[in-house]
Amino acid sequence: MSGPSVLAAALQDVLIEPAPGFEVPSIDWAGIAPNLILMLGSILLLTVVSVLKRRVPSWFAPVWTISAAVAAGCAVVPLWQRFADTGPETLVGGAVGLDGFSLFATVVVCIAVVFVALLLADYLPRESLESPEWYVLVLLSASGAVTMASADDLIVLFVGLEILSVAAYVMTAMHRRRVTSQEAGLKYFVLGAFSSAFLLYGIALTYGATGSTNLAEIQAFLAGDVVTQNALLLGGLAFMLVGLGFKVGAVPFHSWAPDVYQGAPTPISGYMAGAVKLGAFAALLRVFVVAFGPAYRQEWQPLVAVLAVLSLVVGAFAAISQTNVKRMLAYSSINHAGFILLGVLAASAAGTESALFYLLAYTFMAAGSFAVVTVVGRTGEHRQSLEDYRGLASVRPGLALVFTVLLLSQAGVPLTVGFLAKLYVVTAAVESGFDWVAVVAMLTAVVSAFMYLRIVATMYFADAPEGAPALRIPAATGVALGLSVVGVLLLGIVPGPVSDWANEAVAQLVVAAP
Amino acid sequence: MELIWLIPAFPVLGFVLLAALGRRIGDPGAGALGTLAVVGSFAASVAVALTLAQEPEGSRQVTQTLWAWIPADSFQVSFGLLADELSLMMCLFITGVGALIHVYAIGYMKGDPDYARFFTYLNLFIASMLLLVLGDNLILTFLGWEGVGACSYLLISFWFTEPANASAGKKAFVTNRIGDFGYMLGTFLVFVTFGTIDYLQIDQAAPGVSAGTATAIALLFFLAATGKSAQLPLFVWLPDAMAGPTPVSALIHAATMVTSGVFLLTRLSPILEAAGWANDLIAWVGAITALLAAGAAVAQNDIKKVLAYSTVSQLGFMFIAIGSQNYVGALFHMITHAFFKALLFLGAGAVIYSMAHEQDMRRYGQLRRYLPVTFATMFIGWLAISGIPPFSGFWSKDEILAGSFQVQPAGQLLWVAGIIAAVLTAFYMTRLMLMTFAGGTEQWRTPAAESLPEVPGDDHTDDHTDAHAGAHDDHHAHHLTPEHNPKDAPVIMLAPLVILAVFAALAGLLNLPFADQLHFLDHWVEPVLEGQSGLPSAAVQWGLALVSIVGALLGVWFSWRVYQQHRVDRAKLEQPVLAHAWYIDDSYARVAGGPGEAAFQGLADFDHEVVDGAVRGVGGVTQQAGEAVRGIQTGFVRSYAFGIGIGAVALVLFAVVRMSL
Repeated sequence: MSGPSVLAAALQDVLIEPAPGFEVPSIDWAGIAPNLILMLGSILLLTVVSVLKRRVPSWFAPVWTISAAVAAGCAVVPLWQRFADTGPETLVGGAVGLDGFSLFATVVVCIAVVFVALLLADYLPRESLESPEWYVLVLLSASGAVTMASADDLIVLFVGLEILSVAAYVMTAMHRRRVTSQEAGLKYFVLGAFSSAFLLYGIALTYGATGSTNLAEIQAFLAGDVVTQNALLLGGLAFMLVGLGFKVGAVPFHSWAPDVYQGAPTPISGYMAGAVKLGAFAALLRVFVVAFGPAYRQEWQPLVAVLAVLSLVVGAFAAISQTNVKRMLAYSSINHAGFILLGVLAASAAGTESALFYLLAYTFMAAGSFAVVTVVGRTGEHRQSLEDYRGLASVRPGLALVFTVLLLSQAGVPLTVGFLAKLYVVTAAVESGFDWVAVVAMLTAVVSAFMYLRIVATMYFADAPEGAPALRIPAATGVALGLSVVGVLLLGIVPGPVSDWANEAVAQLVVAAP
Repeated sequence: MELIWLIPAFPVLGFVLLAALGRRIGDPGAGALGTLAVVGSFAASVAVALTLAQEPEGSRQVTQTLWAWIPADSFQVSFGLLADELSLMMCLFITGVGALIHVYAIGYMKGDPDYARFFTYLNLFIASMLLLVLGDNLILTFLGWEGVGACSYLLISFWFTEPANASAGKKAFVTNRIGDFGYMLGTFLVFVTFGTIDYLQIDQAAPGVSAGTATAIALLFFLAATGKSAQLPLFVWLPDAMAGPTPVSALIHAATMVTSGVFLLTRLSPILEAAGWANDLIAWVGAITALLAAGAAVAQNDIKKVLAYSTVSQLGFMFIAIGSQNYVGALFHMITHAFFKALLFLGAGAVIYSMAHEQDMRRYGQLRRYLPVTFATMFIGWLAISGIPPFSGFWSKDEILAGSFQVQPAGQLLWVAGIIAAVLTAFYMTRLMLMTFAGGTEQWRTPAAESLPEVPGDDHTDDHTDAHAGAHDDHHAHHLTPEHNPKDAPVIMLAPLVILAVFAALAGLLNLPFADQLHFLDHWVEPVLEGQSGLPSAAVQWGLALVSIVGALLGVWFSWRVYQQHRVDRAKLEQPVLAHAWYIDDSYARVAGGPGEAAFQGLADFDHEVVDGAVRGVGGVTQQAGEAVRGIQTGFVRSYAFGIGIGAVALVLFAVVRMSL
């Protein structure tokens, strides 16, 4: 035994005092390294800044956060190799899955963290909100998202969801001088608690029906000869769908999203569109497609189809009538959620891949778009309405071009990643026989394209109002904008390597060794 | 072989570097960088071509799939490059001629405030053009097709502060859109018919296709070709495209881009073989275009306009060859034309450069004394295009004419049309040379020349024919003063002229008709082509060649009588109808301005009232829906929670109802 593992075993003995008759699971520390890095990064950051207080330079926290995210992303590489060599595993007593799916999701979360850290590094000083707690919460919530994406057990999934959500509630409300921010935070918190209750109730019912919270055991139970029309099970499914549907912002559980996206500090809105959505969708895919997929698909697919159609339609149409760009993006994220639900709906390997690819794509598009909103908003974020984007092309041509590329990508124009993302999910849905949902999706894409192009037209064809303020693009924000555009175009033109990787990132459940 | 991707990668890299750093590198570094990228691409093409040549004949096809581009179920589009005899031949002359023109542009564009931007576009153009020819499927070729189009518009309106240049760019854009519809519909039809858009798979499946479908596909792609390759009825944009800087005219609007229609049809030769009467249509459209454009060239006074109509006319020859299924002839002429027309354009550019950016040939004269190198090189170009043996144009034009002679039906008529166009070619090119380099007097020294009407016999300026507005090519409008003493352009511009002159003189060697071993081009591209028709017997060919030599000499002689000896009044020849290019462009403008405008207005009204009305209606409904949503979106947590609760109840009810069914 090598030094560190002896130390780890000793630590485990000290930290976890086993109750009599309770089997302590062996913990494969290396296997959960990415999550550990994020979690420990968060705690260490908090400790360091608490001890050193004012002596910590302002660049420290963002650099720390980005380093942690990059380290976590790098830690995926050996694990991917391990997965490629030995196949999917389940760790920590069947609680955490190590498979292509969880690893891919981890990387996407890390990308979202890098983006938000870059944006916060400029945003916080501008708004005089500088404090390292923002970054602590970002890393913490990232850890929660990774936990959700790799959960092999409903309880672990719930814990991950709460870690993610509580951090998100706080970050939403943390703009002290904007009342809308605090209002949004409170709304998000109350409604989030409400929906978590549904999720928990659903988990309880599922446990009652199947006798386990472990996804692999649930899958095995359903594969056996059981009555499919089991009221407990159906009720459990429906309630879990409410809880997760809330987190992904699916209609009719979306009502919080516009207010929260609009009220939250803009970099956080972008982060929620990326990482929070990813965590929730990953959980949805793991539970519904994998655990309940093979045997129970027919029971939940109609429900998801209804959610998908409602999200697509409401997201697209409600976005048109908005005059606030941030709110438009919020509604458009509901529409995007509808598209990703197509991938869930397909309940196939292709569907999972396409949903993951879409989430990756949307992380880039959302981070970049909200970065533009951050820049245009200026101090206090007072400039959010469409009016404020008039003539942006003549004031800041580069920024307008970046935003145009990102919006075109969101609209699904070829040569951008948005096109391929939409193509993949729609193809997956059609292959699984949901042609009509796919048709609805494409029609709503046309409707929402109108909204995106309206922003573009405002930037290019309207004259800048007299005395439009000069917009400053700080360095870190500039880097984030550049990364998002490069990502959107590169993935749009050369999707091969990434989509191949997503192809292998299908979640698999392994029954824990007894 | 694995290096195929390098061919387009060099100019792409050049484009990226120039776009990012061009302004900083500036003049002449940006030009050198751009040139280097194309030279690198040329080297890669040579390397790949040499490797390919070592393969046995018939297996010289390598596909390099770089990545899956649009993998959508049965519709698979890969980003794949197809290196075969045809695409490599295209790459060689695109990058070869392209590199020379880049070198030339280093000198020509010197001092332009947008020097770096120019080379950025030029590199992007080369990259797109290479993608067009190397793409292994119709979609990738279309990407290149649109790419070269975009670069062409950008470069036509390069000096966009001049409204005429901007409108010339727009005209090219709109006209090409019509052709692009043909391309897209053709691609759809190919996919529906063959289930693939991959060239190699199309080639295999093509023999089984019905004549009707093949005809439809051929016609759609021919429509695309008439746009890009400036044939009737869509040729009108090319003369105006001369508003761009002269190196652009040489590269894009003479040597490379405009030949992409010819390339496309050659690529699809297996379909054309089954296309029946579509071939006759292609040949006749080509012949009529060749004739009309040659006629128009006779009466132009702008030196670049002469060359522009000449290009349209020469492209017509290539389409005659395509329609006679004489693909080798078309490719042969494409190559020789690239050499001599690039040479002539660059020569014209050198003249314009030396004459303080004056383009009106009526203000030239006797320039051979001042510009000896330009004169000598253009002299070779003139011999080549006029069809005087043994210069290159003679051999390629003759092969086309010989191939047309035996087309059924009415091949002889096609041949006659071709011969007349060839005689006209010799005539107008001699006219150009005489007016520029000879003619007895140095016209710019006579002050009266200041107020020459744009078009002979048409003194009043027609204000709604913007068509001729593109004549004022070059931006820095220095005035040509009577005291001006022209001198040859700098070496960096003359060197490409000399090299091109060598090729223009000798390119005929590629495919000499005398013995089978001398048909290098035939043997090289043969495996790619389906249904290549043979040529008439040797005796007939000799006879035809004799006629065309006599015709060419006749054209030269007559031109000499008119423009050197002044035995014939030139005004009688240069009719307004010719100067206006048969009023084709004007009638488009008139239709577009008169009944067309009314129709468009009607359409616009329809759009405004009905379509927009519907949209407004939808918008209104949407607004109301939005209001309704806003009613729900009260901002109160309790109503949101209520909504979620209702949703939850609905889901559970649904599940329960499902269960009880």
